[in-house]
Amino acid sequence: MKSKKLNLNIKKIRSDFPILSQKINGKDLVYFDNASTSQKPLSVIEKLSSHYKQTNANVHRGIHRLSEKATEEYEGVREKVRDFINARSTEEIIFVRNTTEALNLVMRGWAWSNLKKGDEVILTKMEHHSNIVPWQFLQQNGVRLKFIDLNQDGTLKMDDFDQLITKKTRLISATHVSNVLGTINPVKEISKMAHDNGSVFVLDAAQSVPHMPVDVKDIDSDFTAFSAHKMLGPTGIGILHAKKQILAETDPLLYGSDMIKEVGLTKTVFTDAPWKFETGTPNIADTIAFGASIEYLNEIGMDKIREHEKELTEYALLKLSNLSGVSFYGPTNPEIRGGVISFNMNNGKIKVHAHDVAQILDEDGIAIRSGHHCCMPLMKFLNVPATARASFYLYNTKEEVDRFVDALEKVKSVLKI
Amino acid sequence: MSSMYAENVIDHYRYPRNFGRLEDPDIKARDVNPLCGDEIEFDIKIDNSQQVKDVKFNGRGCAICIATSSMLTEKIRGQNIDEIEKLSSRDVIDLLKIEISPNRMKCALLPLAVLKLALENHRNKVQ
Repeated sequence: MKSKKLNLNIKKIRSDFPILSQKINGKDLVYFDNASTSQKPLSVIEKLSSHYKQTNANVHRGIHRLSEKATEEYEGVREKVRDFINARSTEEIIFVRNTTEALNLVMRGWAWSNLKKGDEVILTKMEHHSNIVPWQFLQQNGVRLKFIDLNQDGTLKMDDFDQLITKKTRLISATHVSNVLGTINPVKEISKMAHDNGSVFVLDAAQSVPHMPVDVKDIDSDFTAFSAHKMLGPTGIGILHAKKQILAETDPLLYGSDMIKEVGLTKTVFTDAPWKFETGTPNIADTIAFGASIEYLNEIGMDKIREHEKELTEYALLKLSNLSGVSFYGPTNPEIRGGVISFNMNNGKIKVHAHDVAQILDEDGIAIRSGHHCCMPLMKFLNVPATARASFYLYNTKEEVDRFVDALEKVKSVLKI
Repeated sequence: MSSMYAENVIDHYRYPRNFGRLEDPDIKARDVNPLCGDEIEFDIKIDNSQQVKDVKFNGRGCAICIATSSMLTEKIRGQNIDEIEKLSSRDVIDLLKIEISPNRMKCALLPLAVLKLALENHRNKVQ
């Protein structure tokens, strides 16, 4: 099948990612584990190194030129993030380590003191462990967790909201895009339902912000969490966006330096948001390099990236549906599906374990993920111990999808199924 | 050719020996590898001289895990439980006769861990 020409200049894009040109087991690397973490363009790698070579100093402290420069670069990224997700103000952008830390900050810093015995939190059954486990701690205070069920096609049972939302529902938290099913959830609608009920809406945007335009003002989420490393940036830096009003009711996770106005021996006046939440010397270098990844994505255009991934996903789903012994999960409508495909293989009698699929693909230089993808409740819903998962990004091609599908045929011959 | 998916491994994976359950086993244990979703159970019958008279396994897992379980049932049939006690990780790898990558080692070693757990359960019961 001849590939249709895509909008992106993939050849140019691929040349920006040094890691993609290497061989694995003698084969050209096909990197299909982007939902786990993305690769990094040279501009991000070079920004990291140039910071250490030219602008390294602590931020918010020194009077000297280097500190001033580092602070300027570091705070400049806050503005880049604000612009990227269309937040109202840089004061709403908090630097954290990753999505998990961001969600923990919402739980411990806001929900812990604002939710009381008998209050309810609504989640969905497709959530990542990071958006389930923190909320479970609220149960210690008598808070009840409720879960939106899924339809067979991996979409949310939206009618469940009507039944589950009560006067006691204080918070609803949902993922924008499922890291297993690829489902793009109608989060604007969920956000509205939450607000109509006077509840807070938390958005896990770990799988959406890297792959499509996300506008927090439009969605109207109260808290939004995502990680830099899934969007071409370094590991160790993530974002919690929070509306100003709710941030005023939120406590920091950590206490100490860089979050204060004035410290006495027994009393401290904290500084303002967002710095109040960024205690101690922050992850300066990675944050600055994160700025380069946002610049890179902006240059390509998030609309184009979304279109490219949609086209790849549609192409891959079509090829997979023509392959016997492969069942995949999630919606088939590309309009409500991100570039994530979870699947399993079987021949009726033998159910192939996802690890075997991933292992055999690795021998062909194809990197996919296998396991429960930090979604054990969802695996239970799908009634499988694990799935194999291919996930795409802007640098992936239809030729790579072809190689992936060919390798699945090889899985069958190796395992003799 | 896939080094890990050698002929003997694939054979035991596709046609696992002693797969199923025993009625009234003397020794029994089940364990899971939550990271993989692997789940293996051994049922063992022993005679008065502590020798394995019959053994079956059931559960689910990857090719490596199923093949290892199958091979272990063949290995321990007729063995004294003291001999099983002495089985090491090395012995399991030797049974498989393949190179196991570090990230798949847990798949190969789960069945042995379940066997050891079965023996421990048995000891506790006897005591």
